[in-house]
Amino acid sequence: MATPIDLHEVAEREREARFRTPWRAKVCNSTSCASAGSGAVLGALREVVDDEMALDVMVVPTGCMGLCSAGPMVRLLRRGGGEHTYGRVTGEVAVEVLRSHVEHDRPVVEHQLDPEMPFFARQERIVLANAGVIDPDRIESYVAHGGYSALEKALTTMIPADVLEQVRLSRIRGRGGAGYPAANKWSLLAAAEGDTKYVVANGDEGDPGAYMDRTIMEDDPHRVLEGLALAAYATGATQAYIYVRAEYPRAVERLDRAIRVARRNRLLGRRILDTKFSLNIDVRIGAGAFVCGEETALMASIEGRRGTPRLRPPYPTEHGLWGRPTMINNVETLANIPAIVGRGGDWFASIGTSDSTGTKVFALAGDIVNTGLIEVPMGTTLRDIVEEIGGGMADGRQFKAAQTGGPSGGCIPAEYLDTPVDYDSLRQLGSIMGSGGLIVMDDQQAMPDVAKFFMEFSMDESCGKCTPCRAGTVQMHHLLDKITSGDGTSRDVRDLENLCAVVRDTSLCGLGQAAPNPVLSTLHYFKSEYDDLIGRTSDVSSASEASEMSTGSEASEMSTGSEASEMSTGSEASEMSTGSEASEMSTASEASEMSTASEASEMSTGSEVSNA
Amino acid sequence: MSDTTASRHQSDTSTTATSDHRAHPSGDDRFELVDKHLRRVHYAQDQLIETLHVAQDVFGFLSEDLLLYVARALRLPPSMVYGVATFYHLFTFDPPGEHSCTVCTGTACYVKGADGIVAGVTEAYDVPSGRTSDDGRLTLKTARCLGSCGLAPVVVLDGTVLGHQDTASTLDRVAAALEGVG
Repeated sequence: MATPIDLHEVAEREREARFRTPWRAKVCNSTSCASAGSGAVLGALREVVDDEMALDVMVVPTGCMGLCSAGPMVRLLRRGGGEHTYGRVTGEVAVEVLRSHVEHDRPVVEHQLDPEMPFFARQERIVLANAGVIDPDRIESYVAHGGYSALEKALTTMIPADVLEQVRLSRIRGRGGAGYPAANKWSLLAAAEGDTKYVVANGDEGDPGAYMDRTIMEDDPHRVLEGLALAAYATGATQAYIYVRAEYPRAVERLDRAIRVARRNRLLGRRILDTKFSLNIDVRIGAGAFVCGEETALMASIEGRRGTPRLRPPYPTEHGLWGRPTMINNVETLANIPAIVGRGGDWFASIGTSDSTGTKVFALAGDIVNTGLIEVPMGTTLRDIVEEIGGGMADGRQFKAAQTGGPSGGCIPAEYLDTPVDYDSLRQLGSIMGSGGLIVMDDQQAMPDVAKFFMEFSMDESCGKCTPCRAGTVQMHHLLDKITSGDGTSRDVRDLENLCAVVRDTSLCGLGQAAPNPVLSTLHYFKSEYDDLIGRTSDVSSASEASEMSTGSEASEMSTGSEASEMSTGSEASEMSTGSEASEMSTASEASEMSTASEASEMSTGSEVSNA
Repeated sequence: MSDTTASRHQSDTSTTATSDHRAHPSGDDRFELVDKHLRRVHYAQDQLIETLHVAQDVFGFLSEDLLLYVARALRLPPSMVYGVATFYHLFTFDPPGEHSCTVCTGTACYVKGADGIVAGVTEAYDVPSGRTSDDGRLTLKTARCLGSCGLAPVVVLDGTVLGHQDTASTLDRVAAALEGVG
């Protein structure tokens, strides 16, 4: 058996190496920058540095620096301090920048990004601390930035219950969407009977427009491994899986390599760091199914079956993979664990708000100036994110709505821009935190079209197991199609609302339960847009309106009924996006909020009818 | 099912024991790559999805023959293999066209007009999304977010990522790609 890695020595050596050259050039080589041409930048820099001895520069490929809209990005660091960040760099520009700094000690102003710009200054990076800083393919780089020190600390100075205690103190909630307290889940697994227990990292990031987990897995793979190892140590698991969607081949490749290297260094495998703790980690690959973000479907997929969810209970912590106790955590949740164990749960709990601690990574996209990945403390207002960090709307347009939570979430209109972004505030607005997709939309976007876009997604991704979701999403899409093409009637809108309630209340898993959310939230906040669309056909439909009026009371009765039944099922609604961080016992507050909303909008449909 | 297929199936149980150096008994050496994966995972049935990935990587698509081959090797009912293969979006059962055009329809790209691009290509080449044109030259696909949201809308043409596209620019690039070979 190989000798374990000496973390301190490796870190020391790596830090020394860092200062061997007076300048270092870091090139963002993440997927977004790579698509924008960072490979050419990297090649040009390496070529010129190899050719000219005078250019004593170390060229380092790194992960995501965050500001994807300014890709490819290059950052020059000078020995002894001082860094300069450049955006929209080509190979030629990069060489020019390098020469200017090294030979004349002058920045190239026209390509330079202001380090004080809020996009950089307003972030607080825990999960993404190493993204854009380290070379993801080198374990030494991770170790030099404190990597695996939390694992070493836990294995040598803490018993499993101590690790769990720190997670409890941190009050971290699942980052996959629902926000279930991670420590509760960990305790359930730790208390579960049995010799074989599993821990699973959920990297099935299916929400279109979200790529936080991919960035974490690609740009800091060892952090995910360390988080998993700590989770396994605290809960008594000896086998872990990372479930990655197949659309992320690079994440799979990086994780595979990281696992091999960690094993070689005795950070995984048998008797980790010469302690009694052993853990094996395997990567499992999805094959394109959004529903596999739901934890029971994810487990079916790991077992090589169709990814269809099943009813809970039994919860995975009782009956999981191959019938054994299993805990599934989102990748971002696990990526927080090394910092929590290393720096203490109290430190983590001091960041963010009292109910939503820590930070959250968002993929900021849409009609906004700065798009990219950001990590901000929980409780940062939407206005700060959009106007400060995001740099405001693109092309001087007006902000209309922010969409969070993808196909399971909702649209938040301008009047709620000052809402702090945390689990409970977003829920009260009828949206969800989700996994972290944040799409900003300007006044050119038609909200019924947006609702239809998400419904098409849910329809395509419905696994077909339960009828409300399989048939309901098709019918809702049909109605939305009819409405958005101008052929809808007020009756269609009412049918749509009723169908939303049925699908939400009766679907088997989070995908179906949350599928109506984009419709309900746009109906609630942007009702007039639907009215405008059906207004065009009001003459044709007037005959049917009369009969509808008589059944109006029936309809409102139904929605009251559904409100009651929600208490039992509403809890899972928010869980789908990627993480499925246990919806086990979360509250039904958002669901009841929404039904009030639909009731209200139903009433306004009525009044609209009489006006027409 | 063709005759060659039948012979492949007769031989597949014996292939598990053959050495790496011999040609595959089916006469198609590509099966050896699938076998290599199967040996590596010890023919574990829970490796079905991984095996299908490997098979599709090697052959380009999952033919009925190939699905049966995997079913035999993993001792799973063909119905289950077919069920799993058709459940997941990434598995494809038709040979891919000479060129492929993938339009990202993630939310960020949608907001910036990706659906117009899909419609444009569909109209110009008479190929619905997810299908290959009748002449086998172009496969049009959509993807659920390629994670390059900063470049939205994104189109991937024959593996090259093109950012900030619109319908006209995409059609130009597709036409150029098709002409380049024709």
